Order: sequence, then C-alpha cells, then structure tokens
Amino acid sequence: MKGTMIIDGRKVEFDNEKNVLEVVRKAGIELPTFCYHSELSLYGACRMCIVEDKNGKIFASCSTLPKDGMEIKTHSPRLKKYRRNILELLLANHDRDCTTCEKTGNCTLQELAARFGITKVRFGELVDRLPIDTSSLGIVRNPNKCILCGDCVRMCSEVQGVGALTFAYRGSRMRITTAFDRQIGEVNCIDCGQCRAICPTGAIAIKNENCKFWELIHDENKRVVVQIAPAVRVALGEEFGYEPGEVTIGKIVAALKMLGVDEVYDTAFGADMTVIAEGQEFVERLNTGENLPLFTSCCPGWVKFAENRFPELLDNISSCKSPQQMFGSVIKEYYKEKDKNDGKETVVISIMPCTAKKAEAAREEFVHNGVRDVDLVITTQELALLIKEAGIKFEELEDESFDMPFGLVSGSGVIFGSSGGVAEAVVTSLLEKKPDNISKELMFKDVRGLANTKEATYQVGDRQVKVAVVHGLKNAENLINKIKSGEKEYHIVEVMACPGGCIAGGGQPVPVTGDVRQKRSLGLYRLDRSSQIKSSEQNPLIKSLFEGMLKDNHEILHVHRKEKADIE
Amino acid sequence: MYWNKEEIDDIIEARGNNQSSIISILQDIQEKYRYLPVEILEYVSKKMDLSPAKIFGVATFYENFSLEPKGKYIIKICDGTACHVKKSIPVLEALRKELNLSEKKHTTDDLLFTIETVSCLGACGLAPVITINDEVHGKMTPDKAVDIIKGLKEGTGNGN
Repeated sequence: MKGTMIIDGRKVEFDNEKNVLEVVRKAGIELPTFCYHSELSLYGACRMCIVEDKNGKIFASCSTLPKDGMEIKTHSPRLKKYRRNILELLLANHDRDCTTCEKTGNCTLQELAARFGITKVRFGELVDRLPIDTSSLGIVRNPNKCILCGDCVRMCSEVQGVGALTFAYRGSRMRITTAFDRQIGEVNCIDCGQCRAICPTGAIAIKNENCKFWELIHDENKRVVVQIAPAVRVALGEEFGYEPGEVTIGKIVAALKMLGVDEVYDTAFGADMTVIAEGQEFVERLNTGENLPLFTSCCPGWVKFAENRFPELLDNISSCKSPQQMFGSVIKEYYKEKDKNDGKETVVISIMPCTAKKAEAAREEFVHNGVRDVDLVITTQELALLIKEAGIKFEELEDESFDMPFGLVSGSGVIFGSSGGVAEAVVTSLLEKKPDNISKELMFKDVRGLANTKEATYQVGDRQVKVAVVHGLKNAENLINKIKSGEKEYHIVEVMACPGGCIAGGGQPVPVTGDVRQKRSLGLYRLDRSSQIKSSEQNPLIKSLFEGMLKDNHEILHVHRKEKADIE
Repeated sequence: MYWNKEEIDDIIEARGNNQSSIISILQDIQEKYRYLPVEILEYVSKKMDLSPAKIFGVATFYENFSLEPKGKYIIKICDGTACHVKKSIPVLEALRKELNLSEKKHTTDDLLFTIETVSCLGACGLAPVITINDEVHGKMTPDKAVDIIKGLKEGTGNGN
C-alpha cells in the first residue's frame, strides 16, 4: 500500500512499510522499542512505540497499519509522560545492579532510561529475588532482570523451532521460564544463545568463563593453544568501534599473544580437515546410496536439535566431528610427544562465535579419560571483555600472523562461518576443475546470502549433486518435513542453527540485524577471494597432515554418537 | 501415578489433534485425573507436537488448571465483592483451620479436600457462597461451613 502520512507535522511517503513504526523510522525518528523485531512476530507488549493521532488516540505504532492521510505525533506531552511511566514501572520491577551487570553499556533498558532522563525511580525496589539459573553450559538466566518483552520466547519458537522458553503464570506473577519450571540445562534447549542475542537486558547472558581462561594462562605448566573460528574475525572489531564485517584477525592474534597465549591457530584449518573428511564420506555415500541426504555436522545446536526432534536422522548426519572438535583432537595428538619432552600439558582454548560450542566441547564423546579435546570455549564477546580487562588498546595493535603449522588455511575453510559456506567448501573440494574467483561467485551465488532456504545443483564428476542450505532451525524443520514427505530430494543438506550462520551466532557482539549479518558474511567471502588457496585439499599442510599423522589415525576425525535409544 | 495412554489418546482424538484444542484437552484431562500430572502433559506434548513449555504456559495461565493433585472435594469460597462484605473471609479461615490448610497449602494430605478462593460465582443473592464440587451452598457462616465438612468427613454428606 502506498500513501502519505503526516508525522510530527511533516509529510512522509510510505510504500509497503509493514506498520506505522517502520514509517516513523523511515522518517528518521528512532522510536524506542523492546519487543519489536522485524524478523519475529508482532507482540505489541512493551508499549514504548506509542504514537498519538490527531484525535488524541494513543496506539502502538508497531501493530498499526499505515493509512493514507494518517496524522500522528511521536513526542507529544502525553506520550512523553506515558513512556516515562512505562519505563519507570519496568525499572521498578528490575534488578538494579547495573554496575555489576554483564550487559551494562549495551542494555536497551539502561539506554532508554538515560535517553528519557530517568534519574530516579519513584517506586520501591523488588525484594523477592528469583533464583538465577546457571544450569546451561552456554547461557545464564537471571529472571530478576527480565522485562517480559518475550523476545526470547518468540526467537526460540519462531526462528529456532525449539520452544524451550515460555511465558508462564499470569498477571504480576507472570514470568519467563521453561517447561514445569525446570532448569534450562535440563530441557530441550540447544544452547544456540539466540535468546541471549536478542534479549534487550541482562536477563539472558553468555556463561562467562573468563576466570578459567586466566587460570590456564597463569598456569606455568600449561601450554595454551588457541584456535579461532572464522566468524570471530568479522565481528570482534565491533566491540572496538570497527564496522561489522571488518576483518581484524591480525589484531586478534596480536591481542591473544599479549594475553599470554602460547600458540594461536585458525579453526579454518579444522574446517579444511572437515571438508576433506566430509567430502570422502559424501562420495562414499553417493556411491553406495546409503544414508542420503548427508546432513552436515559442524553446528552443535543443529546436532542437539536433531537428537531431540529427528532421532531417525542421526545416521544421515555426517560422522565427522565439527571443525572445533577435529582440531582439538589433532592439536592434542600433535603435542603429545612434545608435552612429554617439555614436561608440559597442552590445553586447547577455542574462541567461538557460539554458545553451543561450550556445550559441544563438554559432550562425553569428546572427553577421554577426563580430559577434553577442547578444554575451554570462549565466545567472541568474552574475548572482547578479556582484551578490555587486560587494558589492551585493540585499535593500536600491529597485525600478527597465525602460528604454524596450523595457521595456513584455505578460503574454503574461512567461509565455514557463513550460511552456505560449508556446502560451498565441500562441493569445491569435489570439483576436478576449480573455479576462479569470478566463476566461483557465479557458481555459488545460489547457496550464498541470507535467503531462508537455498538450493542448487552441481555437476560433480558424472553425477548431478543436489545441495540444500538452510539456517534457522524452524526453516530446517520445515525442510526436513519436505524431505521426509518426498516433496524434496537432496544429496547434501547444510544446516546451521543461527540465522545467517556462525557469523550471527549466540556468542557474537550484539545487536545483530539483517544488515549486520550481511556485512559479516561478505567479510568472510572477501577473505576467500583474497586467499591464495581456494580449496581445502590444495592446502599443503592439510595434505601432509593427512599423509602423515592422520594416515593411520583417521578415526580421530570422526565421532561415535550415542545410539538413538540412549538419547531418549 | 497411574494413567493410561489410550485414555489420553481418546481425549486428544475427541477434541482434535490441533493446537487450538489444547485448552479443552487439558480440561478433559483435569476432569479425569483431578489435576494435570506432568507425565501426562509431556505425553500430550509429544503426541500433539507442541513444546512442553507451551503447554506449561497454558496450564499455569488459567487459575482453574492445577499441576498439583487436588482433593476429592474441591471447595470454592467466593470472595467477590458481595460475598466479601458478607464476611466470606471468616468462612475461609474457619475451613482452613478445620482442615489444617493455609494460604500456601491448598490440599489436605489425605487428598480429600482442596480449598480455593474465587472472585465471583454469580450467586451474590446467596452471599456468602461456597461450592463443593459444583454444588452451591449459600448464606454460609463459619459454623455451617465446618459442619458440612464434618459431614463429608463422616461420609454422610452429599459432596460427590
């Protein structure tokens, strides 16, 4: 619908805007919201986006359609009063420990309180505190900081199709909780952290493990080896004033060295290993026709989701470990001898864009005799805190390169961080004739980008290989149902839990919008374009690893998940 | 606790296996088992492909649903405006005292009685009113209410 509205006395044209709020924002006025997110359903609960029409009627702009000739004000005296009132009431119900809150400085409630000049809350402070839920390995829930905007509930059910969180009880007793008030670690939560990424306050936060990081760093008997996931390098900079998508990997390596890390490697190397192992597995399955389509296994949120919801598909999921876990086992193996000679113990810390990686590293398949393949997982956000804590001036750091031997990676390994990247890398590795930069972009344009579900067909040898790429687990669920009903047929399906892939993982800097996702993703593809090694199997270090250490030790790249019966 | 999958299947079938029937399905379950046992709700969640959290949300939203076992006799004491001014609170207190219940403990240990307050039963002319398993008792006094309970305890009452 097209038309003209009058907003604060000025004419504003609109054209297909979904609601009045979008038109107001188009007019350059930033109306505050807690519960409005364009990718979620409308909720209209926070009432911050109220506007007043010429008859004095006040309504929520997020849930009103724009009409031709509509005349509204966005900051009349009444609106200002009501907004302040709502904010004050929210604050009255809210834990006021701002100084010790992880979200401080990045909290929408705090920001709006400052913006609307609320310097004191007239109402008393809540005395009864609800217990903090620390049972999850990825996130911490503090219900005392919850403002009941419901963003997490809708994210969890609408985007992720998980539905671990719900509104329960009613009226003044209403709160957000899990089924039967269980601990979040005991329900069907997949640890993706998207709830935390969308939470406007500190009610859901990343489980901060920086203390453990320092403990390992300060332990003289430990050799601290770090691996950094691809998606971290296009997002960490945001915490230090860089644009989303700007690659700051040289500074990240330098910062880690300054923090006291011994060796810094690139998880894209792990991804290169995954490409080879998964490629081999795929070709085998293609030849035998068994367990097709092959689902990717890199994303622990997806793996856990599949275990909960589609246990019958577990044989279809690649038996390859994720890059993080593959790399963890290889690093531990590589340093075995050295550790003996040096009298040290190698510990692997991974820097991940993802809260589910914390849970993955703790899975029993990846723990041997009480020792984990990956000892600690630190998210992008936690790393930013570590750098700030150490007082390192990130923007002034000189770039440093990764350490060898696991620092040389292919472009294919780097794009693993973006939706479509894993499929592109695996297909590229199987092509006999590798495409150059321009033809690669054309060839894979259908699997890149932010469309919900992407598909393409590639000629691999004498076979037509049908590829599907999906991100956001609700989309994955829909696609799986189509595959099961026979409506769709594929050979390989890449699934990433978070919308956009790891670049928008639950451990990344916030807020994440469509635009941010786009920029971070393009950042990774730029790295691929400028990389000399395009395809994983062309990586000379990967070659020598597969011909050397891994030759008779292929098993360490694969995972043996528990039988379906054990999971239930 | 004992329950039967087929009985639940029948309820779901009769009400229709779709999201919008969840409230009536929960009502039927509560009628059958006098409350909503967690195990049954988990079964319903699987059967209906609804997250257990969603069902929990619905079950806790409505005052009428109970996740705790309720007594054989459910006593509802009206505390609407009319009943309140006609002294419903002393009736409530007398019953609680008689049954050893409190604001936090609604059901007797022998699972015989549950006491609830409701906002209005729509029988203001008979204020103060209580219902026992949907049978209305009007113009209550603390003594009269306690007598009814004593009668039920001795098995001479007509509560069910």
